Amino acid sequence: MTAMLQVENLHQEFRIGGSLLDRMKFTDGRLRFPDTRVKAVNGVSLTVNRGEVVALVGESGCGKSTVAKTIARIYRPSRGAIRIEGEDISSYGVREMLPVRSKMQMIFQDPFASLNPRQKVRDIVAEPLLEQTQGRAARKEVAQKTLDLLARVGLNTEHAGRYPHQFSGGQRQRIGIARALSVNPGLIIADEPVSALDVSIQAQILNLMMDLRDEFGLAYLFISHDLSVVHHIADRIGVMYLGFLVETGPREKLFSAPRHPYTRALLSAAPSIEKTRPREEIELTGEVPSALDLPSGCCFRTRCPLAFERCKVERPTLKDMGDGQQVACHLTDEPERDTQ
Amino acid sequence: MAEAKTADAAASETLLRVEDLRTWFHTFSGTVKAVDGVSFSVKRGEIMGLVGESGGGKSVVGFSILGLIDPPGKIESGVIEFNGENLKDAGDARLRDIRGRDIAMVFQDPMTSLNPLHTVGEQMDEMLRLHTDMDAGQRHARCVEVLEDVGISRAADRLKAYPHQFSGGMRQRVVIAIAMLAQPKLVIADEPTTALDVTIQAQILKLMRRQIRDNGASMILVTHDLAVVSEMADHITVLYCGKVVERGPTDDVIRRPSHPYTRGLIDSIPNPAHRTARLKQIPGAVPDIRKLPEGCNFQDRCPRVGALCRESEPPLVETGARAHACHFPLKEGETQ
Repeated sequence: MTAMLQVENLHQEFRIGGSLLDRMKFTDGRLRFPDTRVKAVNGVSLTVNRGEVVALVGESGCGKSTVAKTIARIYRPSRGAIRIEGEDISSYGVREMLPVRSKMQMIFQDPFASLNPRQKVRDIVAEPLLEQTQGRAARKEVAQKTLDLLARVGLNTEHAGRYPHQFSGGQRQRIGIARALSVNPGLIIADEPVSALDVSIQAQILNLMMDLRDEFGLAYLFISHDLSVVHHIADRIGVMYLGFLVETGPREKLFSAPRHPYTRALLSAAPSIEKTRPREEIELTGEVPSALDLPSGCCFRTRCPLAFERCKVERPTLKDMGDGQQVACHLTDEPERDTQ
Repeated sequence: MAEAKTADAAASETLLRVEDLRTWFHTFSGTVKAVDGVSFSVKRGEIMGLVGESGGGKSVVGFSILGLIDPPGKIESGVIEFNGENLKDAGDARLRDIRGRDIAMVFQDPMTSLNPLHTVGEQMDEMLRLHTDMDAGQRHARCVEVLEDVGISRAADRLKAYPHQFSGGMRQRVVIAIAMLAQPKLVIADEPTTALDVTIQAQILKLMRRQIRDNGASMILVTHDLAVVSEMADHITVLYCGKVVERGPTDDVIRRPSHPYTRGLIDSIPNPAHRTARLKQIPGAVPDIRKLPEGCNFQDRCPRVGALCRESEPPLVETGARAHACHFPLKEGETQ
């Protein structure tokens, strides 16, 4: 069976520095236009099977949202393959993407910015469906389906005629979910869908997303910075740092036996209301380096308390540990150096 | 020995007492009772966590203490007794004197709480110029010392830098440094780490705790994040719709909450130690604060609601160190 989503060696670079005029520089007697590139994603590979929830975690600037947006083809990837049910969409244009969008939909972080303030809720939810059928869908059917969807996400018929500003953050996120469901996708890419919500509302939305997964057999690619949320929802987890995937594995393994020093640091830094967990196993100092100027060798070595010579010269690649976990760290070759 | 004893006595002394505080906003669409009868106290050397969801009124409590409520908002009634002085009736000049020197504030967004047009050094210096009689040399030395204290290396050079030249975490360190400069007795920190990443958050929280303890100051930590509060605070006060629903020693409240809202908040957080297929959720949403129901504000979301809750508002009942405002509080170990 082909995977719902398969990403291979995805790279995403952004050119910054503004227009030609802004970049213009006069050096060594010649006019030059130096090009500055942000390497946001550096060779990420991942697979999401049907009905599976895969989460990407990491701190701001690690490239997790860029991965999501590139897969949704909001960006065109610099390099790499993106396969939706085996079909490589990495170079598709807008028109070719249209049928693919019925298999893959996205939910965004900010429920205030992701809904058109001038559209009524019923039109927002119906739009992807009308778009898919190029407006030929029977109005009556679309209207009925819209109401059914709204009911399914916990809104009612009278909400259909209202505008987004009349709703709370949690309700807006429900509208966004209904819109994504309207074309019966197999995969939903959710970019920090609960980060903007209060904790009691967050629980409601997470429960709704899990119910919908069971009901419609959805697969999620779930982007989040919140480890407790990720632990709750994901089957498999990938940890990103500076555009690199540093560790992947099944949920329980990753949380109970994290291998990469960054994953360990991340887990010990997360505050918790449980006081039983061993604290401060690895404590990080300093901050994430700039993606404009990646460190040589391992991306994490500038903050890693266990870094040694080899980390400076050789970039570690993801290695299969044989138990479902994959780690990109030289310590896996030299476990005796792992003193923490 | 004698010294330890006086230190003990001082520690048990109350630094801030807020009694029946009401801060209302008079808008065209009705009166918003953002803070409606909130009482709590902060002892010397204590960290008090003020928790609740958006709209709970927790930030307005902080602003009220500092006298930073602008029209249409107004402190309608109540007592804010700081160090034996009622701040509510203090004049503007007196409040200006107290702000920064005795009570400092750390805001959520370090980019908007620093002035982008002045160097970090100028902004730190201003604080000392206004509140101490040090000369320029002493002020510079103190700035360097405090900046190094919060973990910024090459402090003397960094004083000449502008806020935009710092990262988010570094900026928040600068804001904390400014807050600690005049050695305040109380720091009000309003969501100080909400805008930061988790590894940076851990660094900043640790720094704040150390700074507070080293200076013998007290802190009010305003946050929506129960996990942060449980790691930082000695006492917590839970707010819902402008009212205190529960307060007490942190560990005690988190382990044995009495109010169904506190219980609901704790259960809503996914807990890696006890994973369940579904999270326990609090149904519904926070009601419109302009149209609060008769009786208990939490009635429409509460699993334990009874007829009494729809008729009368539960008073805050104190039992030992704990207090709760619920007609049908949870008993020890009871889930709902």
